[in-house]
Amino acid sequence: MTTVDAHSALAGEPVSTVPSRFGRRSITQAAIAAAVFLIAMFVLPALTSTFWVKNFTSAAILSIVAGATGLLYGRVGLVSLGQIALYGVGTWVTMRLGFATDWPYPVLVLIAGVITAVIGVLLGLPALRLQGLYLALVTLMAAAAFLVILADTKFPTGGPGFKGLVVEVTNSDSMRRPDVAETDFGFYRYVLVVAVIMFGLALAHLVSKPGRAWASIRHSEAAALATGVNTTTYKLWAWGLASFMTGIAGGLLAAHVRSPSTFTFGVEQNIILMAVVVMGGVATLWGGVVAGLLVAVLPELLQKWGFSSEWSLILFGTGLFANLLITSWQLDKAGIKE
Amino acid sequence: MIEVEDLTVRFGGVTSVNQVTLTFPAGACGLIGPNGAGKTTLFNVLSGFVRPETGRVSAFGDDLLAMPDYARARWGLRRTFQTEQAIEALTVYDNVLAVYEHTTKGRAARQAAVLDAIGLVGLGDVAFARVGTLSPRQRRLVEVGRAVVGTPRVVLLDEPGAGLPEAETEHLGAVIRTIPDQVGAMVVLVEHDMSLVKACCEWTAVLDFGRLLASGPTAEVLRDPEVLKAYLGQEDLQ
Repeated sequence: MTTVDAHSALAGEPVSTVPSRFGRRSITQAAIAAAVFLIAMFVLPALTSTFWVKNFTSAAILSIVAGATGLLYGRVGLVSLGQIALYGVGTWVTMRLGFATDWPYPVLVLIAGVITAVIGVLLGLPALRLQGLYLALVTLMAAAAFLVILADTKFPTGGPGFKGLVVEVTNSDSMRRPDVAETDFGFYRYVLVVAVIMFGLALAHLVSKPGRAWASIRHSEAAALATGVNTTTYKLWAWGLASFMTGIAGGLLAAHVRSPSTFTFGVEQNIILMAVVVMGGVATLWGGVVAGLLVAVLPELLQKWGFSSEWSLILFGTGLFANLLITSWQLDKAGIKE
Repeated sequence: MIEVEDLTVRFGGVTSVNQVTLTFPAGACGLIGPNGAGKTTLFNVLSGFVRPETGRVSAFGDDLLAMPDYARARWGLRRTFQTEQAIEALTVYDNVLAVYEHTTKGRAARQAAVLDAIGLVGLGDVAFARVGTLSPRQRRLVEVGRAVVGTPRVVLLDEPGAGLPEAETEHLGAVIRTIPDQVGAMVVLVEHDMSLVKACCEWTAVLDFGRLLASGPTAEVLRDPEVLKAYLGQEDLQ
């Protein structure tokens, strides 16, 4: 049908039946999400050992960071290779407050998230005019700068002062856990719930005004401006949300490993993160979950099967490369220039 | 109406718009001219993407050049682009809503306003389809829908008929003709398809190499020998 009845268009007929915005597709997706959550919460721990539950906890925590990075890249068009630095900020703040106060654990994590969000927005400000490669480079440099600072401050161990380090590191206190989730299995479930809340927060953004503004900005900043979108505000909002999520994840990590090492936040981790984010897919938030599993579970699986975990690096590199190639072929075929 | 006074735009050595003075009246106006005449540049000045060297532009009495680009949308200026700008990742509804919520105040009325705009362009049955799944004709109509939602005052359409076959441009023309009455906005239409211009616009201006060549009622302008010379070249007339 190539022509539309011009008369009905001219009459300005209002759409008589308003189809529901939450069609069958949304209900199916919600059902799948609920099923996956329930299986992860109750079925998975029953089938595995403590060792694997700890890996799955890491996967869940990293999936929050991956989800945030994927949101920035896939929905707003911002390449951030500095998320691991913000992850470290979240861990650091949680630990410092954890030793200095006896506030409940959720409060610590929330404050860490907010402080990380503020830092993320401050980092995003000068980067507003940068795009693509240059934005990636600047964020990578910020990650490297963070590592320099971290080498000096190290992670708090219960001592006084800003850095909170004890003189003799023999008996360094490790980070406490929430009372309700002292055990590894308990903490795993705690992390799952927080992850669902974080993904829910991201989803709430994506289906409402900021999500539409981000889609507009990602498609064409000029057109977005021409339709009245304040691109500065919305880009900073994206940085803020992604940094908040990452900071919360950092707070979870603090209680997960209890004595984090600086190696966890190495500069190359940012590139590995971006690789798994791209491999997991940036079109949906599920990509973050896949990315978390890739980076936290795959290396352990490889080791279990007798391969060196270094193979995972090769797989991630190949996967990233293949994904980018295939995406560019597909875009080429569809005649879209990206 | 839009009053353009002594407008000059230069890009390095190229003078894209050369001391143009004209007034677009209310209703639907055409802006035509050969390629490179300065039509899209004039639109870019109106949108705020290009700063003119000299000149003044006022619309309905407001100084347009004094407003920053993102504020002009809130004032009531809407524009479509030569290359499609409808957002493929979103549905038709969300595409139009995305414009409404950044230009018009009032959450309560938004569903009605968005559906009205979608109905006006005739996309009612695909209102909740993703734009990525629609045909080029439908995507053009989505853009027109984005341009007319809410209460715009000026709608700039940049070659909306480009690449469309005749039957589809007829429908497009019918939609554009309704805009001044049903939406209450004046329209400026840049087009190469003369049948579309004749069908929609009572008044037309012609640019050539950045200068205003002619302006007035469409039928007269299209018969003007200077205009024909600019489009067809002198030799063909002989």
